Amino acid sequence: MNAQKQAHAWLLLLPALTLLVAFTHYPAIATLIDSFMSTPKPNRASVFVGFDNYAAMVDDPIFWQALRNNLWFALATIPLSVGLALAMALWVNGKLAGRGFLRMAYFTPTVLPMIAVANIWLFFYTPSYGLLEQIGNLFGLPSQNWLGDKATALGAITVVAIWKEAGFFMIFYLAALQGINPSLREAAAIEGASRWFFFRRVLWPLLMPTTIFVLVNAVINAFRMVDHVVVMTRGGPDNATTLLLYHLYEVGFKFWDQGYAAAVTVVLLAALATVALVQFFVLDRKAHY
Amino acid sequence: MKHSFATCAAAVALALGASAVQAQSTEVPFYFPVAVGGPITKIIDQFATDFNKENPSIKVSPIYAGSYQDTIVKALTANKAGTPPVASVLLSTDTFTLIDEDAIVPIDNFVKTPEDKAWLGGFYKAFLLNGQIGGKTWGVPFQRSTVVLYWNKELFKEAGLDPNKAPQTWAEMTSMAQKLTRKDASGKVTQYGVQIPSSGFPYWLFQGLTTQNDVILANEAGTQTKFDDPKVIEALQYWVDLSKKHGVHPSGIVEWGTTPKDFMEKKVAMIWTTTGNLTNIRTNAKFDFGVAMLPAGKKRGSPTGGGNFFIFKKATPAQQEAAFKFAKWLTQPARAAQWGIDTGYVAVSPAAWDTPALKKYAAEFAPAAVARDQLQYAVAELSTHDNQRVTKAFNDGLQAALTGSKTAEAAMKDAQKEAERLLRTYK
Repeated sequence: MNAQKQAHAWLLLLPALTLLVAFTHYPAIATLIDSFMSTPKPNRASVFVGFDNYAAMVDDPIFWQALRNNLWFALATIPLSVGLALAMALWVNGKLAGRGFLRMAYFTPTVLPMIAVANIWLFFYTPSYGLLEQIGNLFGLPSQNWLGDKATALGAITVVAIWKEAGFFMIFYLAALQGINPSLREAAAIEGASRWFFFRRVLWPLLMPTTIFVLVNAVINAFRMVDHVVVMTRGGPDNATTLLLYHLYEVGFKFWDQGYAAAVTVVLLAALATVALVQFFVLDRKAHY
Repeated sequence: MKHSFATCAAAVALALGASAVQAQSTEVPFYFPVAVGGPITKIIDQFATDFNKENPSIKVSPIYAGSYQDTIVKALTANKAGTPPVASVLLSTDTFTLIDEDAIVPIDNFVKTPEDKAWLGGFYKAFLLNGQIGGKTWGVPFQRSTVVLYWNKELFKEAGLDPNKAPQTWAEMTSMAQKLTRKDASGKVTQYGVQIPSSGFPYWLFQGLTTQNDVILANEAGTQTKFDDPKVIEALQYWVDLSKKHGVHPSGIVEWGTTPKDFMEKKVAMIWTTTGNLTNIRTNAKFDFGVAMLPAGKKRGSPTGGGNFFIFKKATPAQQEAAFKFAKWLTQPARAAQWGIDTGYVAVSPAAWDTPALKKYAAEFAPAAVARDQLQYAVAELSTHDNQRVTKAFNDGLQAALTGSKTAEAAMKDAQKEAERLLRTYK
């Protein structure tokens, strides 16, 4: 009887288990193994090379530049998109005319496919007759080639990411705000608490679980979003906008260097896992559920 | 119950038998990319339908695979998994990669009759160059292009230049561009003289400049580059100076994709771009424009570009023969001519240019013939072993020089050093 129950349980688990193993666990382990092997070529099979691929990575200046770019990209997108999301959520949570329209407007960037978005922004940034240029002309600002200049290209890419992400995160904050008991606000008002005090001491702690969730997503997205790089700059000029995942794509599918690509993947995965774990264990303690 | 089971089994057997009969026709999955505007997919589908009708024993099924880059990713991934397409159109510069991956067979394997030999000899030499490696021909020229100069005749007139005369030399291009550059009261440039796009694959347009400066970027074996040759540095300096010194070319990186639009918006008077944009500009430009060969430095010159037709190694001999037949059929003069007219690609053989249809088209629309006339000065597009990596090192160097983060000399020396490091294993 017990054995039958066991079998029953395993059968129920089987579909999910198969998918997980086939698309998550096996690829992750295979990647780890591949990262210690040389790239197979038709005339020389893959052999064990130890940490050679990792050594090549340390020697690769483009890897370091991609890492640096990605850190700047993350440092800018994460706080700005989360902060903006919170501000927008507080704004559209209040009672104001056209609230539904505003909410929709904020959420629209999330619904649009990234490739389409990138093409629209490409037009914004176009020198001579792009949208930014036309606005600049009104104020007599000098012409600027946003995507074609090493100094501004990464910033231009970052702005697109923030614009795209903030609306998505806003939805989570908005949902959390809607779930907060209105009597708290009334109680605070009776006690004479200022709005800032109420936000800092009541709302912010109550929003903490949402903030953690949003932060984890923001970090993952900061290392995952490259669609717009492909459309807007292809990593240029001179690698100024090459992010880690884009570098990984180039190594894997343009240069066909499987071993090296696997090594970069492992590093990327390890970094993401570490950040996520730190977030869950350290920030979690500060959250009230 | 038993009875119905037997019926079912019989039905299944019948169905299997029927599909076995159908399977006797040779299947030829054919990957193709779309890299320019226009109804390419429709044209290719029509080609396949017509070919299948004429050859009932063969079934070519065209599969649209995205950009050139998407297509080679799909083809090579499928090859590694053991089931590549039988044929594919891929960049001619990827020939080394395809050979190194042991993915393709030489076309010569199928060229047996004198008629076949005449067919292979009938292409423009310039288009065959990229596909000929180690004494063998690996790719059949199909959708090929070169770089040409487009100029806006109206703006030429306004600047007091002869609207029917394009620049013939580098010096002339600079001086004309100076007359064509306009500034508003605050000193801001409202119209540039000339622009050469530099996003994505700057090496291709730059190869026009290096060829004109009489230097070849890589050896035929694809194992040695000459990025730090003084003539290459000189050519790059000319490009950099157009914006830095003369201020007649936009600064920083010029986007490839928006260059035709810049031209149509009259933000620039002369552009360098592919012949593949001809139909697009012809349809959308609201002014009279001309198309000319690129100006000469020490001599004239342009790289070829575009895609070749490849046959994959892992296909069965019957499939390979069928693909070969399809390649021959596609490049028949009349069909190559129509393909050129419909897309703007350069028809690949002199015989195609002799067909009445293309003769008439070239007579009505002179710019169409410019690319053909430039072919005598054309060289193979830059291609080496580990091609995409070497080309990237070169592109990075070009962009570094154009954005001013390195001098032309330092940028090219760095690119050469990286290329030598990458190519050392192939020597």
